[in-house]
Amino acid sequence: MTDNQLRPVYVVDGARTPFLKTDHLPGPFAASDLAVMAGRALLARMPFAPEQLDEAVIGCVMPAASEVNIARVISLRLGCGKKVPAYTVARNCASGMQALDCAAKDIALGRAEMVLAGGAEAMSHYPLMFDLPMQAWSIEIASAKTLGKRLAALAKFRPRFLKPVIGILQGLTDHTIGLSMGQTAENLAYRFGISREEMDAFAMESHRRLGEATDAGRLEEKETLIGPDGTVYAEDSGLRRDTSMEKLAKLKPVFDPKVGLVTAGNSAQITDGAAIMVLASAQAVDKYNLPVLGRIVDIRWAGVNPAEMGLGPVHAMASVMKENGLSSSDVDFWEVNEAFAVQVLACLKAWEDPLYMKEEVEVDGPFGPIDRSKLNVDGGAVGLGHPVGASGARITLHLLNVLKRNNSRRGIASLCIGGGQGGAILVERAQ
Amino acid sequence: MIRKYKNLYVELDAANIAWLYFDRADASANTLSAEVLEEFDLCLDYVENMKPSGLVILSAKKSGFIAGADVNEFVPIKDEATALTLIRRGQAVFTRLEKMPFPTVAAINGFCLGGGMELALACTYRVAREGEGTQLGLPEVKLGIHPGFGGTVRSTAVMGGPAALDMMLTGRAFNAKAAKKAGLVDMVVAERHLKNAARHLLKTRPPKRRPGGLMALADSALARPFLANAIGKKLAQKANPAHYPAPFALLDVWRKHAGNLERMMDAEARSVAKLITGATAQNLIRVFTLQEKMKAAGKKNAAKVAHLHVIGAGIMGGDIAAWSALRGIRVTLQDREAKFIAPAIKRANELFTKRLKEKRLVQAAMDRLIPDVKGSGAGRADLIIEAVFEEAEVKRALFKGLEPKARPDAVFATNTSSIPLEEIASALTSPERLVGIHFFNPVPQMQLVEVVNGAATAPEVFDRSLAYVLQIGKLPLAVKSSPGFLVNRVLMPYLLEGVILESEGVPVTAVDRAAVKFGMPMGPLLLADTVGLDICHHVTKIFSAHMPLTVPEKLEQLVKAGHLGKKSGKGFYDWRRGHPVSFDKRDSLLSESEITDRLIGRFVNECVACLREGVVANADQLDAGMVFGTGFAPFRGGPLKYAADAGAWELAERLKEFEAKYGGRFKPDAGWSSFTKDR
Repeated sequence: MTDNQLRPVYVVDGARTPFLKTDHLPGPFAASDLAVMAGRALLARMPFAPEQLDEAVIGCVMPAASEVNIARVISLRLGCGKKVPAYTVARNCASGMQALDCAAKDIALGRAEMVLAGGAEAMSHYPLMFDLPMQAWSIEIASAKTLGKRLAALAKFRPRFLKPVIGILQGLTDHTIGLSMGQTAENLAYRFGISREEMDAFAMESHRRLGEATDAGRLEEKETLIGPDGTVYAEDSGLRRDTSMEKLAKLKPVFDPKVGLVTAGNSAQITDGAAIMVLASAQAVDKYNLPVLGRIVDIRWAGVNPAEMGLGPVHAMASVMKENGLSSSDVDFWEVNEAFAVQVLACLKAWEDPLYMKEEVEVDGPFGPIDRSKLNVDGGAVGLGHPVGASGARITLHLLNVLKRNNSRRGIASLCIGGGQGGAILVERAQ
Repeated sequence: MIRKYKNLYVELDAANIAWLYFDRADASANTLSAEVLEEFDLCLDYVENMKPSGLVILSAKKSGFIAGADVNEFVPIKDEATALTLIRRGQAVFTRLEKMPFPTVAAINGFCLGGGMELALACTYRVAREGEGTQLGLPEVKLGIHPGFGGTVRSTAVMGGPAALDMMLTGRAFNAKAAKKAGLVDMVVAERHLKNAARHLLKTRPPKRRPGGLMALADSALARPFLANAIGKKLAQKANPAHYPAPFALLDVWRKHAGNLERMMDAEARSVAKLITGATAQNLIRVFTLQEKMKAAGKKNAAKVAHLHVIGAGIMGGDIAAWSALRGIRVTLQDREAKFIAPAIKRANELFTKRLKEKRLVQAAMDRLIPDVKGSGAGRADLIIEAVFEEAEVKRALFKGLEPKARPDAVFATNTSSIPLEEIASALTSPERLVGIHFFNPVPQMQLVEVVNGAATAPEVFDRSLAYVLQIGKLPLAVKSSPGFLVNRVLMPYLLEGVILESEGVPVTAVDRAAVKFGMPMGPLLLADTVGLDICHHVTKIFSAHMPLTVPEKLEQLVKAGHLGKKSGKGFYDWRRGHPVSFDKRDSLLSESEITDRLIGRFVNECVACLREGVVANADQLDAGMVFGTGFAPFRGGPLKYAADAGAWELAERLKEFEAKYGGRFKPDAGWSSFTKDR
């Protein structure tokens, strides 16, 4: 999607919930609750009524069973009314960015003028399930008509039927290659020779930046939530202000026990959250006199080796750079989602490695180094967590706010995607 | 084949079922006037001749089956004999319906109350539409009577005495689900199946509903006196038979005659004939009619509030926001920090859970109530209500700041109870957009809302405010912008007189007992303790600038000592776990009638002053305002109706007497002269 014949797409505004880490599962809010709370705060400050939106697109990997087509659930709960159609999209860890892509395409093609787009995920609500043998057995019991048949069916029960299938573990595993996401991160550490200390240092810095940004009020897209019991949720609760290299060093590897390098401390946390934005055409901006946060210039997707899924951003960002004729110095700020500290570090190494770029990305030479002081300036998923449906929208929204704050022009946000993909978005602010 | 009458029509279908639709001419809801009843009787002739396999009775109105008898026809009934004739006629028609030689079904879509419920009970079967709006019950006690068209007899037969009595004595209505549980209806179905369910009942003809086991036993001659005694005792705790005779009369009819249907029918008719011509019923009917008038007040204006912005999330602001969200409005609730909004959200969740019950409805209401620290909602709201603390400068600055942010057509409302509207309005470039919308605490319970017309308030702004109050299911009372408006202005002298009586040596309980015996919902001292003595003190101070009121010394002392009433645990009463206890063991030096006359005298005197000053449009509105705003003895029909009934001249004389004895605060208002002439 280059913007030759297509209509420009503007980001009007956006809001996100605090990203909530819960010690006791499940967390206080379902995915649709989170999206509604962010979305209604956003829509309340719009000069148009929710009914005037043309559609809603929401990214969500695993909505609850009661949230089928969660985008429709959310748009109805937001008061968009029956006439605003809504659809849910999934591209695993980039589902929120996929929603922006779909919304942007609908506007660019002239199908819609104003779209509510974003993502939501309540990872703490992922269910415990029974596996298929248990289901088959239950159905057999229920359909047994005679006492004899019922007894026969009962006798087929095996204790292993009761072993639960843990939704979150299933979701964070790539079943085609039999590796957990953390194991793919271990692969990157191995390939690029990244040490435990480097990862932990990255994690420390991520928490430090997030703490600083929080205190300075730089996370302006964050909306405080109030639960029905009157509890106030104001902060991203994954932030650990008291973390230290010593504390991080004590943590045990979780994915490759005993010998691995990736720990809970240098990985994205499991949190619940939502980020919602309003995208609009130039006509809608004029008609309602909408504020403009920035313009979506391009979104690109790439496939990589699933066992090295963390490198996805390198490929997707390279595609954006190439198509738009950019070098790294043309980009003022970067957001690369911190699924794992090692994964971002690996991306940076690959980005500057001519051989990797040539052989694996198939571009001529590197685009130039990415200045760490321009990357994830206010921290990332290591501190905030990575509610998979929401992160893509969060980093895009935050990037735009960073550009605004610094009166800068261009930014790129990117994520790695479980299953071996990468996605990247190029945004611009008028100056 | 369709046969039309003025207020109903009937058609016979191919399956030989007669479908009789009530469709009262020139009305949006069905009521049973004498004319409708006679037509229904004629129609039954016709239906009987057709020899259908069954009869289904329905409503042709969009919502509601039959709301009840036509209350307007009650008013002219002045003598018992006329009343008895009318009641017996109604009984005869319904008995005829009951005895049709084919089964009958009432298909109930929405409310089915009073006479409508009695008609449904005379049918063989009843089927009700599930969901919102369906309400079944016999609320006649609220009008000072009890069911008279066989409702006492037939509800007992269907539900059993104790359940039927509970329904009739409380006057409460059941939703469809509860009605099924109570045995009031045979089936509850979705609207799409209402007619199918009627067909199903006619086809399968299940046995008629009857109370089972214990319930049936309760109606036996042996059990009734015992039960009636127990119920009567409970009843006497809640209502004074001298003020509210209907529930006691109803209980009596059941106790004496529940064994014999015919005699019970006769006793029911005689009892209602007596009640309906009594003062209580006439006054309660008056109050009901006034209420209906208030509901009709703002109806012309169709523009509904879609988005309300409330500033100030304290008890008042929070509850206004929650109540409006409950009634379907999108609300943004603003305060300085989330922590100040949080308690309001918690209370709202409790309110929604209690009122809406169903999880999805609670969720939808919670979704509509949006915490808004940044005040973003002000830019799109149709109506902005402020409920911040009572400080003129704060309110002026607030509205001034809103003016450039808000939509140009947004209405600005203040919930102030003491600051003159004009003082706030003068801060605005467009003072005509400011109105007062004055709620009372606790918002969910208080029906009345004063809508304050400021000197500059635009008529359109005022009308939209009335319409908003109706939209949220409250009763709007139009009042002029003057200190205290109506309700608080009248309450204060009453309350302060209570304080003075107490300091003169009348025991706390004697003061309050006299007021309650008169028919007030709460004595003045309990009211003061509940409101908070600091607030009473503050309000008196503010009022004293405009009215001849002074803060009684006792009130001053209590506030200084930190005794603020219920909230501090001590005031005129000692509060034990939320309950008032009095250790005041003094002997009263005054007779109860003197106490009553002083309390009510000041109350009514202030009402007369308000009427003379034009605080409200007329005496009817004043009476309605005081009944719904202060709970002034409804069976007396309002303070001015009471004055007229008791003799305005005598009351004025009594005030003069008090003036000579106790001083200027009892000086009869100049308005008494015209009042005594007019009435």
